[in-house]
Amino acid sequence: MAVCIAVIAKENYPLYIRSVPTENELKFHYTVHTSLDVVDEKISAMGKALVDQRELYLGLLYPTEDYKVYGYVTNSKVKFVMVVDSSNTALRDNEIRSMFRKLHNSYTDIMCNPFYNPGDRIHSRAFDTMVNSMMMQVC
Amino acid sequence: MEQGPAGGSGPAAAAAAAAAGTGGLLLPLSETEQQRYSELFSRCCPPPEAAAGGSSVGELFRASQLPPDTLHQITEVCGAKRVGYFGPAQFYIALKLIAAAQSGFPVRIESIKNELPLPRFMALKNDTEVRYGTPAEFHGVKFQVPHATLEKSSYKRADEGEKQEPKSPPMSPICSPPASPSTYQRIAQSYGYGKARSGLEQQHGAPYEVRHSTHQQDGPSSGNYGAKSALTCSTPNRSLSVEREQQDSSSQYSDDPWRITEEQRDYYINQFRSLQPDLNAFISGSVAKNFFTKSKLPIPELSHIWELSDVDCDGALTLPEFCAAFHLVVARKNGYQLPETLPETLLPEYLQAACLKPVRDCALFDSYSEPLPSSQQTRDFSRAEKSSAEEVPDNSALLQDGKKDDKQAVKVSTTLKTIPKEFQHLTVKAGKENLSYSSTSIEDAMKKGEEPPTPPPRPQKSHSRASSLDLNKIFQQNTQAVRSGWLPPPPPALPPRPSVSQTEQPSEVELHPQMNRPPSQAEENSSAKKEVVLAQPPSKPARRKLRTEAQGLETPELSPTINVTSSLPAVKPHLPVQKQSSKQKRAIQTAIRKNKEANAVLARLNSELQQQLKEVHKERIALETQLEQLRPVTVL
Repeated sequence: MAVCIAVIAKENYPLYIRSVPTENELKFHYTVHTSLDVVDEKISAMGKALVDQRELYLGLLYPTEDYKVYGYVTNSKVKFVMVVDSSNTALRDNEIRSMFRKLHNSYTDIMCNPFYNPGDRIHSRAFDTMVNSMMMQVC
Repeated sequence: MEQGPAGGSGPAAAAAAAAAGTGGLLLPLSETEQQRYSELFSRCCPPPEAAAGGSSVGELFRASQLPPDTLHQITEVCGAKRVGYFGPAQFYIALKLIAAAQSGFPVRIESIKNELPLPRFMALKNDTEVRYGTPAEFHGVKFQVPHATLEKSSYKRADEGEKQEPKSPPMSPICSPPASPSTYQRIAQSYGYGKARSGLEQQHGAPYEVRHSTHQQDGPSSGNYGAKSALTCSTPNRSLSVEREQQDSSSQYSDDPWRITEEQRDYYINQFRSLQPDLNAFISGSVAKNFFTKSKLPIPELSHIWELSDVDCDGALTLPEFCAAFHLVVARKNGYQLPETLPETLLPEYLQAACLKPVRDCALFDSYSEPLPSSQQTRDFSRAEKSSAEEVPDNSALLQDGKKDDKQAVKVSTTLKTIPKEFQHLTVKAGKENLSYSSTSIEDAMKKGEEPPTPPPRPQKSHSRASSLDLNKIFQQNTQAVRSGWLPPPPPALPPRPSVSQTEQPSEVELHPQMNRPPSQAEENSSAKKEVVLAQPPSKPARRKLRTEAQGLETPELSPTINVTSSLPAVKPHLPVQKQSSKQKRAIQTAIRKNKEANAVLARLNSELQQQLKEVHKERIALETQLEQLRPVTVL
């Protein structure tokens, strides 16, 4: 269960960012922002022709004390960044991958909507629902 | 009846007097009851009258959600049956009885002597006691509509609007998709109103009179509109639901704002067709976007509507998806909040079953999307023609010529006007699979445009001439059996060889000596055909020619010299055998004819261009000589 999920556009501005404990939002935003550097690093390191989904998933970007940050990039250089709580050790890599896959699918569904202009912020309710399902349940 | 000194002294006095007439029945009415009853009474009958209108009272009673037996009982007990009208006394007693019945007491005079809650009537307006009784079960939520804010007038309009909206957006002057005229005035009704009304619907077992015809178009103009409208709104919806094919149990009736009515569906289908003639193909995202943007809803809402309706998330709308989206747009324009998830009645699978049945026949007429072989197509056509004439709005006028045999020829001939166009469309598409996107169909349309260069009207002249008189008789003479056997082929009709038809004409004439006019008409026809052939796209003259040619085909198979009447019995046994082979033959012949036609057109074009080339050559030569003449001069 993620703590924060963000969708970053190709130009590195956020299309969608949502975090669970809303009081610490700024911190998460900062974390996501700094993780973009790591993402870019990994992308450039990989070279051209990233078609394999394995390579879309970037894995753990960097861990901190409290949480871990995972990254995923699409072919159109749209990045998904997910922050999960470190204490949540039950989360395995596969689960993270599946969460990113779901995110990617929802994102493509949004793109199919002719009323959505790529580059706009994402306001889709379906997307929200899906993201909510992935976020940690704060009691 | 003993009444407190509340408003309505007139009715009170009358009631008191009437009460004496009913045998001195004394009912204690509390203050609130008195107010409520007098209000209801005044609603059911305009003040000057002394008695409530029977119909409005009936509606009011039905709004109480009691079974009809109970209502009859109540009517009897309260004395209206006896006196023959609903005077104030009877009305008040009846209301009291309704309250009793709703509380579960038997309908007896005794039961109403107690203290009772006020009777509950569904869908009556702005009282705090209004009773959005047991709401629709499908959402099971009781909504408190903000009726305190509703004014009576807006409510009327709301009813009108809502009633119109689920029923007949096409009836309101809609040029761009979502307009329903009254809706803009509507205060945003919460979703629960619709649900509540469906709750009303499901309570009533009694069939309703079809009053919607009167209420549909009328504005909220009548005096009694308040209660009447509230109640009759439900009646038209109910009657509509009866018409419709979905027969879910009483639970979800036409009141459901998420259910598409027949007219709406037809309207949506027409709109779909205007965007994409092939009903089985998709509307692409950009096309749909432009279309729905015309509705002037804000983009986020449109985005949401799209999300809801594009179930397979492919960026394109099939017909059911389109209907769902359109319906959501209409609903939103009428003030409904968009649901979070697509309601069940708007799911594509659900709509598919409903949509495609009437659509199928339309498809046969209009789109011929599948590349059918001509013979099969003709069979389909005749079937569709015979079975679903009413369902095809575009061709309805044509098909209304009727199904009588003696007019069938005319019908065929008139429908053929549209068919050749479609058939060429089809033949252009023949060999392609179903088109997926409107862009490809646009290409086809363009191609279609290239082939037959000119528009229809001309052949109609001879057509009408023909149809008015003699071809009819000719067909009649040609026997029912022949006609039935032979009519299926004509529809895909394509130009027969002109020479054939012309030669056939005289033979045809010979064969029908009874005709007074066939000689002259044949001459006319042949001359008309000649001129038409020379100057016209192949398809139109073809029809008549084919018909006559088909006649001609039939006749050679018999023996041309035999008189028609005597040949009639011979024709019949010939027919079934010949039908198959002649159909195949005809198919080949139509193809041949078509090619020949195309050749003829191209040859014509060629000759014209040659002419032009010659002229240009001449001009050039002239200019050159001039130049030569001038040159020596300039050189000097």
